[in-house]
Amino acid sequence: MNINVKFQKDGEVVHGYIDGEIDTYTAPILREELDALEIEKDLLVQLDLSKVSYLDSTGLGIFVAFYKKVVKENAHFKLVGLTARLVRLFEITGLSELMDIETNTKVEYNNESI
Amino acid sequence: MKELKIQYKKILVDYIENQSERNLYIGQNFIRQLIQKNITPEEVIHMHKQVMEEIFPELPVVSRHGYDFLIEIMVYFGLTLKEHQMLLEQQEEMRIEMNVATKIQSVLLKTTVPQIDEIDIGMLSIPIRKMNGDYVHFLNDEENYVGVAVTDVVGKGVPAALCMSMVKYGLDTLEYAENNPSYVLEVLNRIIEKSVDDSMFVSMFYGRLDLARSIFTYGSAGHEPAIYYNAADNAFYGLGAKGLLLGIMPEMKYEQTEIPLYEGDFIIMMTDGVTEFRHDDKIDSRKIIEQLALTYSHLSAQEMCEKLYEELQKLQEQGLDDDFTVVIFKK
Repeated sequence: MNINVKFQKDGEVVHGYIDGEIDTYTAPILREELDALEIEKDLLVQLDLSKVSYLDSTGLGIFVAFYKKVVKENAHFKLVGLTARLVRLFEITGLSELMDIETNTKVEYNNESI
Repeated sequence: MKELKIQYKKILVDYIENQSERNLYIGQNFIRQLIQKNITPEEVIHMHKQVMEEIFPELPVVSRHGYDFLIEIMVYFGLTLKEHQMLLEQQEEMRIEMNVATKIQSVLLKTTVPQIDEIDIGMLSIPIRKMNGDYVHFLNDEENYVGVAVTDVVGKGVPAALCMSMVKYGLDTLEYAENNPSYVLEVLNRIIEKSVDDSMFVSMFYGRLDLARSIFTYGSAGHEPAIYYNAADNAFYGLGAKGLLLGIMPEMKYEQTEIPLYEGDFIIMMTDGVTEFRHDDKIDSRKIIEQLALTYSHLSAQEMCEKLYEELQKLQEQGLDDDFTVVIFKK
């Protein structure tokens, strides 16, 4: 199991590309990479998760912590390219209400409430 | 050392003259003595080299080089071995502490499944490692209400266990089973938000059954939706609700929903360890759980939980890879 993180700065936007599985073992690597980013006011950090095949709750924790850090610095945070499976995870946990999330494929979420 | 060398020389000469079991045995006993005196292996080789030179002065120079080489690498060997033994000792210490912690956790988080006439309740919680990241808490005032909290703390192991005790004490302070799920979730969110770091959070499904009216009220904080079987419709519904995970933002509001429970209805509450099939995207785990639940719906709630675990365990090639917790309310 491996993870690959790459950043590309383009003016006020930092594009991050994450490739691999995010779980208990790889999450610390992702956390380190994100912590190393310098967050300035008004910066937009956009993470592309289209190559993320698996994400567990430890991984969610990393994104939550990073989201809080970015908000504190008055910068912006956006997740893009989520697979249907990842979208479901963000919907169930209520995080999609909190964070800016963009999906490539349109997914209808049905929380099946009656 | 001089004394030892003289002894060693005698033993070695005896053995070179006659390679008997007895002479070898004397040598082994001698080594035991050396260990007691803290003589290192490289010192023994050094001694051996000197003695050999004394007995055979004509020993070729290459042989001496050979001994010198052996002495050098044995020094390194000794250091590495010592390091290895230290690690083993540390590991053993940690293992013992972990066992103590596991015992404390199981005592601390012990909850009793209520036995009441109005509803059949079953519960099963199996940790993937020693410490459980899932927790089930029942509140029961025996006459009017039964409350149940099914929780999953992010992460596993010790940090999860520490966070879990906080959840338990939070629930304990609420004390009464009659509290509204939305109130319970709001209070717990406040407690957890104040006390944990930014990457820690808890998901919780909270349900409360009004025994007299047979009304089930539930709320969810970022938790896997429960599965509700309506016997009259012969259909399954998901009991999901909007609500953020506990411990992320202060002052969150949580909605709650009521459903009536009739004869033959049941509700399956679980953690994502039950529905998460890591290595197979195509499997719709909730559909499988529904099928299994129908197959075993003639059994008691407890037996249903056990069957679910058994069957889902079989479906996962490498076994389940998360804590597994399921609670069933069966009317």
